[in-house]
Amino acid sequence: MPRVLAFLKDFLKNLSKKPATIKYPFEPPSQLPEGFRGKISIDYNKCVGCGLCARVCPAFAIEMVQVGFREVSGKKIPVRKPRVDVGKCLFCAQCAEVCPAKAITLTKKFELASEKKEDLIVQP
Amino acid sequence: MTIRIPVGPQHPALKEPERFIFYVEGEQIVKVIPRIGFNHRGIEKAMEERTYLQDLYISERVCGICSNVHTACYVLLVERLMNMEIPERAKYIRMIVLELERLHSHLLWLGVAFHEIGFDTLFYLVWRDREIVMDLLELISGNRVNYATNTIGGVRRDISEETKHKILKGMKLLLERLKYYRRLSPEEQTIVKRTLGVGPLSTQDAKRLCAAGPTLRASNVKSDVRGDEPYLLYKEAEFQTMVSDLCDVLGRILVRIDECIEAVRIIEWCVKNMPDGPIRQKLPPIFKVPENQAYRRVEAPRGELVYYGVSDGSEKPYRIKIRTPTLANIPALCKMLENQHIADIPIVVASIDPCFSCTDRLVFIDIEKGKKWSCSMPYFKHLIKKKFGR
Repeated sequence: MPRVLAFLKDFLKNLSKKPATIKYPFEPPSQLPEGFRGKISIDYNKCVGCGLCARVCPAFAIEMVQVGFREVSGKKIPVRKPRVDVGKCLFCAQCAEVCPAKAITLTKKFELASEKKEDLIVQP
Repeated sequence: MTIRIPVGPQHPALKEPERFIFYVEGEQIVKVIPRIGFNHRGIEKAMEERTYLQDLYISERVCGICSNVHTACYVLLVERLMNMEIPERAKYIRMIVLELERLHSHLLWLGVAFHEIGFDTLFYLVWRDREIVMDLLELISGNRVNYATNTIGGVRRDISEETKHKILKGMKLLLERLKYYRRLSPEEQTIVKRTLGVGPLSTQDAKRLCAAGPTLRASNVKSDVRGDEPYLLYKEAEFQTMVSDLCDVLGRILVRIDECIEAVRIIEWCVKNMPDGPIRQKLPPIFKVPENQAYRRVEAPRGELVYYGVSDGSEKPYRIKIRTPTLANIPALCKMLENQHIADIPIVVASIDPCFSCTDRLVFIDIEKGKKWSCSMPYFKHLIKKKFGR
């Protein structure tokens, strides 16, 4: 085949196709896959405060903070819940995997740019 | 007259900081001196301070493109340290993701190579086809770059029947395209004129300078970890090592396309032969590894990747040593660049598929005296002797 015509087939095929690009952010991004790992979300009602998530986090993004006290047979025991710095998070979902109460899920939210650092902190 | 041209560390042609000093006579390069160490991140040290499970995700971040192969090598290492067997199905899933990653890495490189020789049409076409692989990886793992599929004792995500069909469909489409590029590359004059005989590396030199991966195989050396020391199921998959006797950049292009075709074949084999069963062995999140030492090597898209680990009975590794393929290819790259034209520098540097962030090692430089040295074991011993007198 002459050199000029080498890409003719591709050229004709592409003529009838829609552009592959989308006008993000004016158009919504294409369908996110099942099991996409986005911003962390914690159901603090389910959380039992075991602290496993903080111990497995490879980026040290999860910290256990004291939220109050619980009374067990007359003694006051501090209750700790995870506080996540999403700025440090590397979206591996290991915390969600180890959570015994299934309180941690990784949502499909990925547009995390923010003007304030405080917006990127998930806390009780 | 020899002129010294410094290129880098910040240079528009290279995406990562790396410095080369070219000694040129007219248009010809006489000597090359590389300088690495601009992007040292201390990953090996960071790994010593984390538990085995945390290290898994650190190892994934060693390289941006071949991230899965690092975790694969790391989990194989830890499983050898613990003398652990993984379920059969997990091996198949690991192999599918490994080969898909090789496909995406090689196609990315192919696009970059065509871009470096100024053939941007093919660059766009190849990268369009690479999207098939990226979509499949996203479907399997949830993300496009860091898949987090492997875990110690198996894999974290299963492949459903529906996904299997999509993989087979994608592979069929891709195979057709790959065969087209395989036919096109040695014929198309635009490619041949820029790559045939450029960046030569003879078989003896490749062996002498310890090149790795497709760079070595393009110099007609039949060496591939998947064939020489099969891990996972490469023996059962009847893997074949691809070589080329061209010993130049065109050879490297052809070897990589051949490897892509082979990868497609392996993925199809894996999908068709995958047994049912569990995908992982459950381990507690923080576990202790008995005192042991082990070494593991796998074939990364860029060549042989080596992990060496020492465990001391605690939940953290005592030492993890990583040897990435680009580091092995740097001496060969300097040899390739000798007697080449300045205009061929980009394609020859790109031909080893460099990944400099994996390559960086600690180098000490005394600016005042102009002296530099690396931090080797004899140097440490010398320091200890100097300080403690023993």
